[in-house]
Amino acid sequence: MAKDARRDRPFDGAIIRMDGIRKVYDTGTVRVEALTGLDLSVEKGEFVAIVGPSGSGKSTLMNLIGCLDTPTEGEYLLAGERVAGLSRDQLADVRNRRVGFVFQNFNLLPQISALENVALPLLFGGVPPKKRRERAAELLAKVGLGDRMDHRPTELSGGQMQRVAIARAMAMNPDILLADEPTGNLDSTSGGDIMSVFSDLWKAGSTLVVITHDKSLARRASRIVEIRDGRIVKEEREATGDPRAETGLSASYTH
Amino acid sequence: MSVVFHLFLQSSRLAKKRAFLTIASIAWGTVSILLLLSFGEGMKRQFAKNRNSTGGNIAVMWPSETSKPWKGMPPGRPIRLTLDDVDYVRDRMPELQSVFGEVTSWRTNLAYGPKTVNGRVTGTQWVFGETRRHYAKAGGRFFNANDEAEKRRVVFLGDELAKDLFGKEDPVGRTLLVNNSPFTVIGVMIHKRQMGVYGGPDQNHAVIPSTTFKALFGRDRLNVIVIETHEPEEMAGALRHLNEVLGAKLGYDPTDERALATWNIVKTSQTNRNVILGLQLFLGIIGVLTLVIGGVGVANIMFAVVKERTREIGVKMALGARTAWITGPFVLEGLVYTLVGGAAGMFLALLIVTPLGYVPIEKNAVLEFLGRPTLSPTIGLVTAGVLGLIGTLAGYFPARRAASIDPAETLRYE
Repeated sequence: MAKDARRDRPFDGAIIRMDGIRKVYDTGTVRVEALTGLDLSVEKGEFVAIVGPSGSGKSTLMNLIGCLDTPTEGEYLLAGERVAGLSRDQLADVRNRRVGFVFQNFNLLPQISALENVALPLLFGGVPPKKRRERAAELLAKVGLGDRMDHRPTELSGGQMQRVAIARAMAMNPDILLADEPTGNLDSTSGGDIMSVFSDLWKAGSTLVVITHDKSLARRASRIVEIRDGRIVKEEREATGDPRAETGLSASYTH
Repeated sequence: MSVVFHLFLQSSRLAKKRAFLTIASIAWGTVSILLLLSFGEGMKRQFAKNRNSTGGNIAVMWPSETSKPWKGMPPGRPIRLTLDDVDYVRDRMPELQSVFGEVTSWRTNLAYGPKTVNGRVTGTQWVFGETRRHYAKAGGRFFNANDEAEKRRVVFLGDELAKDLFGKEDPVGRTLLVNNSPFTVIGVMIHKRQMGVYGGPDQNHAVIPSTTFKALFGRDRLNVIVIETHEPEEMAGALRHLNEVLGAKLGYDPTDERALATWNIVKTSQTNRNVILGLQLFLGIIGVLTLVIGGVGVANIMFAVVKERTREIGVKMALGARTAWITGPFVLEGLVYTLVGGAAGMFLALLIVTPLGYVPIEKNAVLEFLGRPTLSPTIGLVTAGVLGLIGTLAGYFPARRAASIDPAETLRYE
C-alpha cells in the first residue's frame, strides 16, 4: 500500500503510526541523530516490546510516542491525531487523555498519598473530586493495593510503588500504556509481579508499549521491535501465540 | 483555578520551616516600610500643624520702598501705612476673611511686682486672635471689639513671656505694668510650635488693642499688614487686589511688588508640602527596597523549590498538566508567603506605632518638630500594593523557570 494513501485515512485502528521519524539533538557544537528515519505502527490491543542497546534511541522513541517531545522530521499520528504543530497545552491534554506513563524509577510524588498520586491525572483531566477518589480507589484495588491507599510512596516497596504508578497510568483510560524499563529497578519477584499486571492489562484489552532490557518481560509481548542506531532492525511476532485467543477477546481487533 | 489551588495545597505541606523564614523576611520588610512611611506621615502632620500655628491662608506685608516710577514720581519712595489704612482695605476688599495691622514696640518694659522683663508689645485688632491662632488657655480670652473700641488696657500674653513674668502664678486678672501703665492680663496663649515667625515667636510677645497702643505709645504706623483669604487659591488674586487698592491710595504702581515686602505663607506652605512629599517618597523608596530584598528572598527560595521539584514538575507535565497548572501553584505560593508576611508585618508595625502615639511630645523641641509616627489608610494601601506586586513577581519568575522545564529531559536521567 502506498504511503500517501495510508496517510490520508483518518484513523484505521492504528494507535501509533510513525512515518520516517527523525530526531536530531543539536547542541550547537554536537549534532546527534537519535532516530534516523523510523517507521512504526502499533495497532489497538497490541503488546509491543521495544528492545535495543543503550544509545540506540529507545528513550527518544519513548519520548516521541508519549508526546513529551516532537520529531525533527517525519509524521506521527497518535490515535489518528496529528501531533506535530500542537501547542504545549494541547500536547499536555493529549498526554493526559491518550498516554499512560510508567517509569523505571516510578516517579511518584513523594509528599502525597498513593490515592492522590493516582488521582493526579484525573485532576488534570477535569474529573470532579468525588469521581476522582472513586476511580483512584477502584484502580488501586485492581492492582492489589486497596489497603494501602493512604500510604505515602516512601512507605511502600518498589513493587508496590510501580503498581501505584501503573494504576496512575491507567487512570484516564489512555489509548496506550507506555512503560520505560518498568522492571529495571525491581528485584525479580516484584518484577515478575509487575509483568503479570502488564499481561493482565493486555488481556483486558489495553495497548502496551514497553521499552525493556528484560528478556522475560519482552517475551510476554505479542511483538518485539529491536532498534539499533536509531532505526528498527528487527521485528518478531511471538510464536507463543496470542494469549487473548483463550479469553475470547481476539475477535475485537484485527491485524 | 481549582486545579491550581488543589496542587498548591498538596505542595505547600512541606517546607514549613522554610516558609516561616521567608514569611519572617517579608514581615520584616513590611515593618520597615510601614515604620518609615508612618514616620514620614507623622512628620508631615506635625509640619502641617506647626505651619498652621502661625496662621492659615495668610500673607504678611511690610511697608517698604517703591521700585518703579509712578505718575512722575521716582522709585525709592518709602511707603507708609497707618491703622486707618487697615479700615480702608477692609472696606474695599470684602472678599477677605480678615485683615489687620500690627504696630510693634520692641524691648518694652514689662513689670509685675519685683520682676521686670524687656519684651515685645504688639498692638493689633481683635481679629488677630483667631487668624494668628492666639488661643487662650482656660480661664482667659483674647481681647474683643469692645476692648478695642474703648481703648481698654488689657493685655494678652504669649505663654513663654507669661512664665517669665508670673512663674507658676495664674496671670489672668493680675495687673501688669507696660511702660509703667497698668494693664489687666486677660489671657495667656496656649502653647504652640511655629514653623515660621515674623517679628519673633508668638510665645514671647504681649498683645494689646491697637487703639490702646496708639494712646500709650503715640504711634500708629504699621510694622506689618496681614491679610487672610478664605481659600489658599484666592491669595494671589487678593494680593494683586490689595496692591491696586493701596497703590491708588498711596500713589504707587500696583504692579510694583517691592512697595509692600510680601511673605505669602500660602506659597511657602506649598513649598514645604513639596519638600515633605519628597521626604516621604524618599522614605517610601527605602522601605520598598527593604521589602524588595524580602521579595528576592522569596524568589530565591522559590527558585530552589523549582530546582528541587524539577522531576516532580516533569512528572506532572507527563501526566498532562497544562503550563498554568505548573506555574499557578508557584505564583500562589510566592503570593501567599508575601501576603502572610505582609499581614504579620502590618500587625507588628501597629504594635510598635500605637504605643508611640502615647509618648508626650509637648515641650520636647525635637519631637514637637518631628511629630509622632502615624499609620494612615493610604500607607496601608501603598504597602499592600507593593507587597502584592513583589509577591507576584517573586512567584512569577520561578514559575516561569518551572514552566520551561522539558519533561523529556527531566525524566530521561536518574
